[in-house]
Order: sequence, then C-alpha cells, then structure tokens
Amino acid sequence: MMVTLTIDGRSIKVRDGSTILQVSREHDFYIPTLCDDPRLEPYGGCRLCLVQIKGMPRPVTACTTPVTEGMNVETTNEEIEGLRRTIVELLLSDHPTDCMICEKAGDCTLQELAYFYNLRENRFEGERRQYSGSDGNPFIERNMEKCILCGKCVRVCNEVQGVSAIEIAYRGFSAKVCPPFEKDLDCEFCGQCVSVCPTGALMGKISMGKGRQKDIEKVESICPYCGCGCNITLHVARNEVIRVSSRPESLNEGWLCVKGRFGFRFNSSPDRLKHPLIKRNGRFEEASWDEALDYVAERFGEIKEKHGADAIAGLSSARCTNEENYLFQKFLRAAVGTNNIDHCARY
Amino acid sequence: MVGLATVFGSGAMTNSIPEIENNDLLFVIGSNTKENHPIVALRMMKAARKGAKIIVADPRRVPLVRFAHIWMQQRPGTDVALLNSMMHVIVKEGLMDKDFIVFRTEGFDQEFLKGLDEFTPEVGQKITGVPKEKIIESARLYAGASSPGIYYTMGITQHSHGTDNVFCIANLGLMTGSLGKESSGVNPLRGQNNVQGSSDMGCSPNMYPGYQKLTISTIKEKFETLWGAKLSDREGMTATDMLSAAEAKELRAMYIMGENPVLSDPDMAHTVKALGALDFLVVQDIFMTETAELADVVLPAASFAEKEGTFTNTERRVQRVRKAVSPPGEAREDLWIIAELSNRMGYEMKYPRIEAVFQEMGMAWPAMGGMTYSRLNRGGLQWPCPTQDHPGTPYLFKGGFPRGKGRFTVVKYRPSIEETDEQYPFILTTGRELFHYHTGSMTRRVDALNKVSPEPFVEINPEDARDMAVEDGAMLRVTSRRGAIELKARLSKRPDRGVVFIPFHFKEAAANVLTNSKALDPFCKIPELKVSTVRIEKV
Repeated sequence: MMVTLTIDGRSIKVRDGSTILQVSREHDFYIPTLCDDPRLEPYGGCRLCLVQIKGMPRPVTACTTPVTEGMNVETTNEEIEGLRRTIVELLLSDHPTDCMICEKAGDCTLQELAYFYNLRENRFEGERRQYSGSDGNPFIERNMEKCILCGKCVRVCNEVQGVSAIEIAYRGFSAKVCPPFEKDLDCEFCGQCVSVCPTGALMGKISMGKGRQKDIEKVESICPYCGCGCNITLHVARNEVIRVSSRPESLNEGWLCVKGRFGFRFNSSPDRLKHPLIKRNGRFEEASWDEALDYVAERFGEIKEKHGADAIAGLSSARCTNEENYLFQKFLRAAVGTNNIDHCARY
Repeated sequence: MVGLATVFGSGAMTNSIPEIENNDLLFVIGSNTKENHPIVALRMMKAARKGAKIIVADPRRVPLVRFAHIWMQQRPGTDVALLNSMMHVIVKEGLMDKDFIVFRTEGFDQEFLKGLDEFTPEVGQKITGVPKEKIIESARLYAGASSPGIYYTMGITQHSHGTDNVFCIANLGLMTGSLGKESSGVNPLRGQNNVQGSSDMGCSPNMYPGYQKLTISTIKEKFETLWGAKLSDREGMTATDMLSAAEAKELRAMYIMGENPVLSDPDMAHTVKALGALDFLVVQDIFMTETAELADVVLPAASFAEKEGTFTNTERRVQRVRKAVSPPGEAREDLWIIAELSNRMGYEMKYPRIEAVFQEMGMAWPAMGGMTYSRLNRGGLQWPCPTQDHPGTPYLFKGGFPRGKGRFTVVKYRPSIEETDEQYPFILTTGRELFHYHTGSMTRRVDALNKVSPEPFVEINPEDARDMAVEDGAMLRVTSRRGAIELKARLSKRPDRGVVFIPFHFKEAAANVLTNSKALDPFCKIPELKVSTVRIEKV
C-alpha cells in the first residue's frame, strides 16, 4: 500500500508503514537526531526530530510517527528550531565543554549541533553529573559525564549483539548507563556501542591520544581475520593504523567483532620482521634482499637439478591476497615445475 | 570442499550473508558461529528476530544456543548418524520435495533409501546421545521450512569422516529441495579471510585456478599457453602428504608463505621433525612464527594493511584490500617477493601493476573474468561473474548444478578413529575462542586481547571436574598418545561429561601437541582435529 503525504510543501508517494523520519531521509529532508539509528528499533528518546503536523496540537517525533494518507509535515520552522535549540542547550548544560581535548572532536554529533545552533552561552548552567573512576576493561573507555542517555549503546548491545551487558540504571538526574552493579564492563567487547555513540562517552582505548580526527586518512579495506569479509575503514595517522571502523551501508552493516575492531595493533608490533634473514651456523643473520633471493633461487635450483622439481613443495596462505596466491601457485607450477602446492585450509 | 564439489560440482557457500536474515529456519551444525564468525551470527540472530527458528547441533553449548529453538548435543564424531536419522524421519514421513528430487537430482534410489533404513530416531539417539524427540522435531522443522539454510564449519569437516559428514548435509539439502533458491542452501562458513580465494586461485595439488583439473589435457594446454611454460601433469602432494614426504626425504625443500603449520597442524612433534628433515626451508611471513624459526631463509612480508589486492570472503565475494601504511623496515609485498624469486629462477614474471595479475586471473578462470578493480571499487562482486556487465551471483545453482544433477550419496556411519578407553577416557575437541585467532601470531600481539584472554585453558564439565576433585583454575596435565601439555582447568557446562575442549591459539600449551596427524579423511586428507582421546591428571 502506498500513501501520499506532503513534506515541507512537496508531495511524496511512499510505502505505508514507514516513519516520517525514514521518508524524510530517503527524500533528503534534514531532520537532526541523536538517538536514532536506522539499524535499531525507533526509540523517541532525544526529541530532536520533532516535526509539526498540520491539524495536530503539538509537535511529534518523526522517528516514531508512521506516515498516513494526506499527512502534511513541516520539518522546520521557527518554533521547531527553537525547541531543538533548547534541547541541545539542555544537553550541553550537563556536558563537559572539553572539546579541545576530546577524542571525538570533529566526529561528534553533539558538537555539530552546538555549532549549528550557535550555542555559546547556556541559559541552564547548573549542577553537572560528576563521575570519578574509570572502567578497567582493556578496550572501551566509558566517560559517563559525556553521556547524553540516548540509549543507542544499550539498544545495540541488546537488539543486535544479543548480549545486554549494559542498561540505564537509576532515574532522573542520576540516570546512568552501566554494567550490572556498576562493575567493569565484561562482555564480548565487539564495540558496536562505541560505533553508535554520538558523543565522546564511549571510545576505543587503544585509539586514545593517537591523532585528531582531521589528521586521519581513511582507507577502505577488508578485515584480515575470519571469512566473513567485513568491510573495514582503516584510520591512518603518521603511517600507523590507529582505529578501525566500518560503514553502516557495508556488507556487515557496520558491525564488527572484537578482533576486527580492536585487534589491529599487531600491524605496528615491534616484533614485525623487518629484514630478510639467512640462517648461518644455526643463527639468523640479516641479509639484503639480493643476497636472500639469490640464495633461495640458487638452493631451489640445486635441489631441482639433483632431486627433480617434485622434491620442492609450496604451502600457500589463506591469509594472503588472491593475487599473491595466484602468483605463488604459478611460481611453483611454471617456474619450479611441480604441482606440489597446497594451503593449510583447503578443506 | 571436496565433498560439495563432488555432489554439486562446486564447493562454496551457496548463498550470501545478507540472505541469512530471510531464512525461516537455520540449521547450524558444527559451527560456533557467534565466536568464530561473529558477524554472520548477527545475521542469524536478526533472522531469529524476524521470526526464524534456529536449530544448533554441537557437542558444546556454544553461545548461539542461547538464541536457538532446539539444541542437539551430539557426541563428537557422530554427525553422520544424527543427519541420517533426521533424513530417516523425513523419508518416513514423506516430507521430501519430490519434484526437486525427480528433476534436479540423481541417486535417490533403493540403495540410498536402504542406507537410511537402519537410522531410526532410536538408533540415532543411541549413537549420538541426542533424545529422539529432538531429532524428529528438527527433521520436521527443517523439511517444513520454506527457506531453510544449513551452516557448518570445521566441526563437520575436521574428522576422519569429514567428507561423509558433508555428503550427509548435501543429501539433506537435496532431499528437501532447499537449494538453488534465495535464502535457501548449504553453506560452509570459511574460517580465514581468504580461504575461499586461496582455493579459487588453485593452491591445491590437483587443480589449477578455478578448480580446473590438471589431469585434463586441454586444461593443461590452456595453462601452458597462458603461462608460456611446460607444466607437469603429475598431481602434487597435499599439505599432509608433504610432511610425511619430507620425513621420508622424498621432499627436499619447502616454500611456506604466510602459514604456521607447526601450531596449526596436528601432532606438533611430527610437524617439527618433518620440517627439520628438509634440506632447505623458506618461510615468508610478517612475524617470526614457530614455523619460521625452523627456516633456512626468512623473508619479511607486508601485512594486509600494507598492500593492494583482493580477498574473497566466505560467500564468494571478491573485495578490494588497499594499502594504508608502508611496511616496516625492508619488508616487501609478497607479490614483489614471488616475482623477484621467479625472475631469478629463470621464469620471468613482469607485472607493471597489481591489477595486471588480477586481469590474468580473469583469463585463467572465466568465473572472475568480468571483474575489474574499478568495478570492485564500487563494492564487491560474487563469482561467477563472467562478463563486465554481469552483476555477480548472490546464490548458486539457480538454473541447475554445475555437474548437471545434484547427487545423493550413500553414507555409512563410521566411528571416529580414536575411541575412548580406560587409558584415555576423555574426548578432546579443539577450536577457537572469541578473543584470539588461529595460531595467535596476530591476536596474541594485541595487549588488550591478551588481557581478556591471557592463557591457555581446558574446558571441562563441572561434574567431571568434581569427580576428579579439580577446581576452577587448577593446573591439569592433558595427555594423548602423541604428547602432553599442562594448562589450567576452566569449569564450564559447555562440553558434556566426557568431552573436553582446548583452543589451539596458545603455543605454550599447544592443543596440536595432542591431536592426531595420522587420522585422515580418505578423500580430502583433512586431519581429525575434532576428536582425539586424552587422559587428564592433576599436576
């Protein structure tokens, strides 16, 4: 069933059952949100997506209101913008203004909104939530003073990951997202919560202090672990991968596991092999590429001559690229002359 | 893979990951999906949220069980009996897809049916330990589903009857006609980022790239022309055979790229001895692995983040990997190393760009012929993708099976090679856990991962532990016919009584010291890593 509605004076035909927010996004009407994620159930927590509907006495939240036939929606006007501005101002009144040292600066939705509504002074200046102590888990920095209680982390952990490691405890001004009994986080550490957090409340510990958002070059790649083929974005600063994220529109819907999201530091490990090594008298000695490659070619040549090509074999890797695997088997078949080629996980 | 290739003509996941969420029934057997393929598991859970039922069959209470409608805890190594008795129920109750069987399959004959006769649910229960009611309900649910998907991994394949297990799964899929359709099929989940690709690229002793058999002379000639070289028509050795041949001095030299067989292969002592017997060993890797320690020459390679190329994931999707950082020190891309070595051996490899290698791959194997880097830059493509305007293939066998008709195979139940006895009363099964990966050469160099999973452990049922007066965290010695390791006990209800589990990531207590390299599947030579027998003592 299709319904026709009007958004900001434009007539639009859409599928029944969509929400105003979904339709507005599909048709490029900008509505700000903090608690919405298209991959999660609608929540209606942040109230930023308020829109006016003709004939309704009060604004409604676009994320939880389904479209109906003949609906006339206004996504922006002075009154709505005033309300949104007040909501952001209220959030900022209980938020540390330490953007200059915040890891999230430059990628923070709250910061964006403060900029958009030009919020310099705050009419609601007052008591702030103050939390001391930090979560001792090795992956996720939880700074609850920066939490705006949008509930995305709680929902992603429950709806998507099926773990429910955190919940909103206490009520009112004391409300706080935390693991049971406010203990340290002990979960699968997938970091989906970090990926949906709109502020600096949840951050990856290993990326802290490694580089500002503006200095980061983003490179699209594929996760090197299991066979899911998750699309990852490598955040690179000073020739080092400092963070891994994933785009919501990717094959894996932006979700990653603990290894994919936080397990990349092996790449810059000091243990990496840096020079060709040749074993002499039982000890490895550094060698130049020319030296090492000439030696290998010579030894392979000798063995082939003496014992035949089938005395040489190659084991290839399920970790290397297709191109490398292709050339590796071509090398053994065409250059060495044997079909002794396999890889460890052929089953 | 050999199993599926035999019965369908192609061995790969038949469907794609996004299709999982539209399954109405998921039968997950021998796969700890939530820990080993976490993101595939998320799709399975999404399917469950949309109303699908999940059936898990696993000797351990794996995390996915929490989301399952039925959990069948079969004894390790009894999958053939379990699957055959499910099929027994389907046949007896007439739940087959008769049209599909008639038009698209062969071998559904008296002999096949007779093979299922003995596997009544009662017999199934006796062999597997799964209550017959669960077997019957699972069979009915699977046969009654309109879009059922089967998912399996090494829990099915790493057995001395691994190929038989796969045949059974294929039989089940064929019998109910759940193949060749969207969100409906038989799906082996591949455990490493590019296992699919390394199989596709012909890193196997009897096949050129694209599963083209080297014993067929026209195919050999095609490759001789493409590569401009005379090629051998003798089939090569499998990885398992290579080690035995090395020990027997038939094999003199090995070139190992990016693998660590010392830790990942069964019977570590045997692997070390075999590699030690070689006249010459070259290892190319990013770390000094346990295997590299044994090498005569070690060549430093670039990691995934330091090179251009493609990976093929478990659903046949070819995707681009891109260079983000430079390799450390003198380390170089594997491509450069191989080409340089080849040139020095007198066989010239000259590729001006990496994409030139990719183009040659497309010439070698038409299923990738329609792919280019510029197409892949707009998102991955799933093979077969034969032409530049082909959109790729999300699910296989739409128009039929590559080998013509799907084949039923009669499968007899054979117990695992090692059976428990007085001396070795426990069944050991091995695998991975969430926080580490494979032999740990990558993940064990990540501090945070080590912090949550610092040391090896053996998972043991609390009741068995109580009988032996073993407490959580106590040091145990686990001994098999091959060797012994010492590690801490982790009391857990995941394994049943009589079964213990050890992850193989930890070199200080390597599970593969215990496993059996001699118990091989007769078809594909996969070692029986999932079932060996051990005894356990307090240290």
